[in-house]
Amino acid sequence: MSVLVYTENWDGKFKKLSFELVSYAKQIAAQSGTTVTALSIGNVDEAELKKLGNYGADKVLSASDERLNVLINKAYASVIAEAAEKENAQLIIFANNFTGKALAPRVSVKLKAGIASGVNAVPSSFDPFTVSKKVFTGKAFASVVIKTDKKILTLFQNSVDIMETGSEAAVEAFSPALNDADFATKVLDVNKVTGKVLLTDAEVVVSGGRGMKAGDNWAPLEELAGELGAALACSRPVSDEGWRPHSEHVGQTGKIIAPNLYFAFGISGAIQHLGGVSSSKCIVAVNTDKDAPIFEAADYGIVGDASKVLPELISGIKEMKNS
Amino acid sequence: MNILVCISNVPDTTTKIRFTDNDTAFDTSGVQWIINPWDELALTRALELKEASGGSIDKITVINVGPQSTEPTIRKALAIGADDAVRIDAEATDGYSVASHLAAYLRDNAYDIILCGIDSSDYNGSLVGGMLAEFLDMPSVSSVSKLDIEGGEIKLNREIDGGSEVLATTTPFVAVVQKGIALEPRIPSMRGIMMARKKPLNVVPGAGEEALTDFVSYEMPPAKAACKMVDAENVKELVDLLHNEAKVI
Repeated sequence: MSVLVYTENWDGKFKKLSFELVSYAKQIAAQSGTTVTALSIGNVDEAELKKLGNYGADKVLSASDERLNVLINKAYASVIAEAAEKENAQLIIFANNFTGKALAPRVSVKLKAGIASGVNAVPSSFDPFTVSKKVFTGKAFASVVIKTDKKILTLFQNSVDIMETGSEAAVEAFSPALNDADFATKVLDVNKVTGKVLLTDAEVVVSGGRGMKAGDNWAPLEELAGELGAALACSRPVSDEGWRPHSEHVGQTGKIIAPNLYFAFGISGAIQHLGGVSSSKCIVAVNTDKDAPIFEAADYGIVGDASKVLPELISGIKEMKNS
Repeated sequence: MNILVCISNVPDTTTKIRFTDNDTAFDTSGVQWIINPWDELALTRALELKEASGGSIDKITVINVGPQSTEPTIRKALAIGADDAVRIDAEATDGYSVASHLAAYLRDNAYDIILCGIDSSDYNGSLVGGMLAEFLDMPSVSSVSKLDIEGGEIKLNREIDGGSEVLATTTPFVAVVQKGIALEPRIPSMRGIMMARKKPLNVVPGAGEEALTDFVSYEMPPAKAACKMVDAENVKELVDLLHNEAKVI
């Protein structure tokens, strides 16, 4: 009986998200009197793997066969299912990110394990096993009961706090059976931007909408983002117009994010946009229209012109940092 | 080559979400139903691929798991340009059950390319595509933002943190698609709407499995506290609030 956590790595390193998952698994394992095993797939060194112990992993399994260096859904699902069986895991935890969405459904069918995806808290009950998740793109919450003995949860980012235990994990090499037939899909090329704060990782996001008037007006947003180590985002019309890249579009049909702080400059707050950002811990809105719906979703607001507010905000933040 | 597009029947985005039966069920009264937006984009891409294929892709089928009430939405997909449609007559109870119904049908009716939207705007499961691929023991690629067929080879872009990867795969496979797969959803023409009535919509009984999960109750999010307004002449106050009160900077 154990909880298995799939801890993804990025170029051999874990991120805050990985530690959140382990902390989450630890909370559940502690409540049900079981242990946490983390599963890492790919090339991750021992020192990095041991870090997971500090967040609650009792054991770390590392599958580092070089065929597993790139994500191939069919092969990875097989590895994860085999690890779950080896550890007699009754609960498997994934992140609700690109990789979690690719793998968790496959593992669910492999193990006939009921799954609740995009959950935002520990289970409210273990018998029946009940968890809460958002539905209707953030407009409501549902309580979901998982009826099977084996269960899978995919956790929404930034839902739980990281908790350090000061412990060490035992690292064990894991050599799952690999089937050539599972590797029919091949990665031919990778295109990654470097040096920018990624929208999916960022704790602070600075976002602009049509109210910014033109793509040429983005310099102050970039400067504010620079001061705060923030990622840039935008509303759909802005990316549709080509003012900003599509990768920055947040909303129902773009990315769904959950940063600690979300700045919305010149964004009216259409339902589809809010669907992408409503899980933000704190929302600040700046808009010239006092009746803009964004103010109903925001925690703090300024009715004013973004082009005038931004320089003041930037200088205020610089002062705060210096004091 | 044949392409199958799995479509979900969902409430229109502007629907006011309400629950009935003591908050145990979604209130469908007055709801306008639409094709799940991601599935609509998937269908659009399928049609683009067929039109560019010079005849090597000959059929685009749409499939839905649902009761008779989903048929108007299925007809919309036919009006957009699908060649035929299948409705598996079963309630869409959870992702696992839906995927199992689709898999049971597909074991007897083969398709080379199966497209599913990354999630549906109602239950946001992001489950059916991946599950279907596993039931059918096929490769799957998720978060697909581009799908091309170049000289008989399947090329896909999948989105990753901070970029994208280019992949190749073999048929039959499942692509779980998202933003970028098509620029705009196709709108049915008058001709399309007329022809939709004559295109086959086959209804088959469900031969899948029971749901493994149960949506037992719902609730609306707690009312948000009123927005704290700061004067535009006093932006420093906002910095102070964010630093000392919200503690987010």
